[in-house]
Amino acid sequence: MGVTTSAGAATAAPARPAPDGPWSRISAVLWRRPWARATLLLTPPLAWFVLIYIASLAVLLITAFWTINPFTTNIMRTWNVSNFTTILGTAAYRTIILRTVGMAAGVTVVDAIIAVPFAYYMARIARPRTRTVLFVCVLLPLWASYLAKVFAWLLIFTHDGVLNWALGKMGIGPLNLIYSNTAVFIVFCYIWLPYMVIPVYAALERIPASQIEASQDLGGRTLRTVRSVILPLALPGIVAGSIFTFSLTLGDYITPILIGGGNSTLIGNVIDSNVVYNLPLAAAMATVPIAIMACYLLAARALGASREI
Amino acid sequence: MTTTHRRRVSRPLSAALALSVAAVIAAGCGSSGSSNGGGTTQGSGTAGQSVPTANLPVLKKIGKGEGQLNLIAWAGYLQPGWVRPFEQQTGCMIHATYPNTSDEFVTLMKNGGGGQWDMASSSGDADLRIIYAGDAHPVNINLIPSWKQFFPAFKSPPFNTVNGVHYGVSLQWGPNVLMYSKKVFKTPPTSWSVIYSKKYAGKISVYDGPIYIADAALYLKAHDPSLGITDPYELTQRQFQATVNLLKAQHPLVKQYWSSAPAQISAFANGDVTVGTSWPYQVSTLTAQHFPIGAVIPKEGATGWADTWMLAARAPHPNCAYMWLRYISTPKVQAEQAVSYGETPDNMLACGYMNQIAKGSCDQYHANAPTAYFKSIALWKTPVATCDNGKPDCVPYVNWVAAWNTQIK
Repeated sequence: MGVTTSAGAATAAPARPAPDGPWSRISAVLWRRPWARATLLLTPPLAWFVLIYIASLAVLLITAFWTINPFTTNIMRTWNVSNFTTILGTAAYRTIILRTVGMAAGVTVVDAIIAVPFAYYMARIARPRTRTVLFVCVLLPLWASYLAKVFAWLLIFTHDGVLNWALGKMGIGPLNLIYSNTAVFIVFCYIWLPYMVIPVYAALERIPASQIEASQDLGGRTLRTVRSVILPLALPGIVAGSIFTFSLTLGDYITPILIGGGNSTLIGNVIDSNVVYNLPLAAAMATVPIAIMACYLLAARALGASREI
Repeated sequence: MTTTHRRRVSRPLSAALALSVAAVIAAGCGSSGSSNGGGTTQGSGTAGQSVPTANLPVLKKIGKGEGQLNLIAWAGYLQPGWVRPFEQQTGCMIHATYPNTSDEFVTLMKNGGGGQWDMASSSGDADLRIIYAGDAHPVNINLIPSWKQFFPAFKSPPFNTVNGVHYGVSLQWGPNVLMYSKKVFKTPPTSWSVIYSKKYAGKISVYDGPIYIADAALYLKAHDPSLGITDPYELTQRQFQATVNLLKAQHPLVKQYWSSAPAQISAFANGDVTVGTSWPYQVSTLTAQHFPIGAVIPKEGATGWADTWMLAARAPHPNCAYMWLRYISTPKVQAEQAVSYGETPDNMLACGYMNQIAKGSCDQYHANAPTAYFKSIALWKTPVATCDNGKPDCVPYVNWVAAWNTQIK
């Protein structure tokens, strides 16, 4: 409080000697030394970032190089890479990693295919009122708890659920979707869709109408305009959205448990099941999605996605 | 703004990338021997190990309650019916967490309960791991008067008493049952074979945990005598592989690997599954919902558990913990929990109270404990490398975990 007002005073009258009082003196010092001001402002968030975020990641990585006592499961601090050789050398873990990356990629592609036309309609065709309604439709599910949404899908997919009831009314036999990879895939596509729509909308909205008109003036038909003008300009938005859909799918383990019924094992489930028994192995497994995401983010940056997030 | 923002974010990112790439490369080049699923496969019996907390002083006299009690319990073990009266009598307010597997109990009790948890109602397969990890505190059994009324088998059982030192007080025991929907089974199944049968493919729900391997071993003990299985927790490599193969063959038939009781209850209630391995808790919950559910102990017998309230080495509320141990061991409370959950109390005098709550329940849950019933239940214990005959031929639990995660599921 005091800092703001006296800083204002100092700005108003820089030539005058600083008025008395400790607050004024501090603010005068800070005004004269911009580096001190920056340090003071940035230290708390940076400290939080370094201590809580980076340090915990570092501890995680260190744990990955330890092992456990197989009987008491106490951690033994002897350095080795057996956890990593286990992960890379076990066929089941390799399958799980590939399945997870495939699931994440599939969800991303499907979400992009749904989101681009939807966002285009929202950004460039819909009238302001319709646009507001559509925005609410996209954002409203984000207000509901993740678990509530997953349980809602459980009720849709189960044997006596809404889907089979509706299919039954239409005379089509019951689908056995619950506790399968397909069900997990559909739920992921639903849950992460808003994270794709919003950045794509932001990118599409920013395309100047003049560029589209210019394309048409030069004889570009609809497809040509979409291919040569709209898609290249929307690409950073799609890539930004894909970072969300891809990374969120990569790390999720609750949907595979509840919707997959323990049949659909992803990287997150391996981590989850080992956290309680073999923390070092879980830590080693946790570096896999970090490595995948790091590569993905570097690739995304090359495509210019960081402007959108 | 954009550039500075990006630069600030990307530096830690590239650091993380460098670290993780280094980790993966190191792993790829590493040449140290490894086992499936991690960890070492060295012998892991209890021989030659000592309990780090064995000499901690026990409580001499129960003092004033601390007003709080933090418990780690199996689902269904802290029902308001017997928790409320305890809180009113002692002023110790109970806070609880409910793990799904024995491994989670062991983890929560790490560091002596972390100074947060007072007690855990863990099963026989977790207790020794907790004790030898130094996470359990010796218990002064003289402060628990009802303990004298316990069946002899549960007074000082080897899973919670080491060298005469008690690390907890036995609670209840019971079977893992074969649960079935009466909509599909007009007559109760008599054998575990239904959960390995193609006839029920896509309708089977089994427990999601490595200890479930013992259920399959128990089945093979009866159906493949050539393997010579005597104890489902002590399997030689050949017996173990045969069991794992049975479970691999079962995998395509399984609709749900349940890891929490509510998940299995909802799967049965919604008709997604019709038969599977379960706990009596699910049976009583579904019965209370008027779902046509049945449960049997098939002719092969069943695996089961014997639970103990273990005292954490760093329990922050020891007086309330002892008050709870006294309370939960009394015949009346033992009877309430036994009937509510569907298990067998350890207190011999609980039988009469059980029949007061539900007529015939003493017989139904074998609270008069005929020896034959006790023998038909193979109680959970931690598989160790050293077999009972002293030979180091058995497959230790770490390999059970590895097989469960990388071969069966």
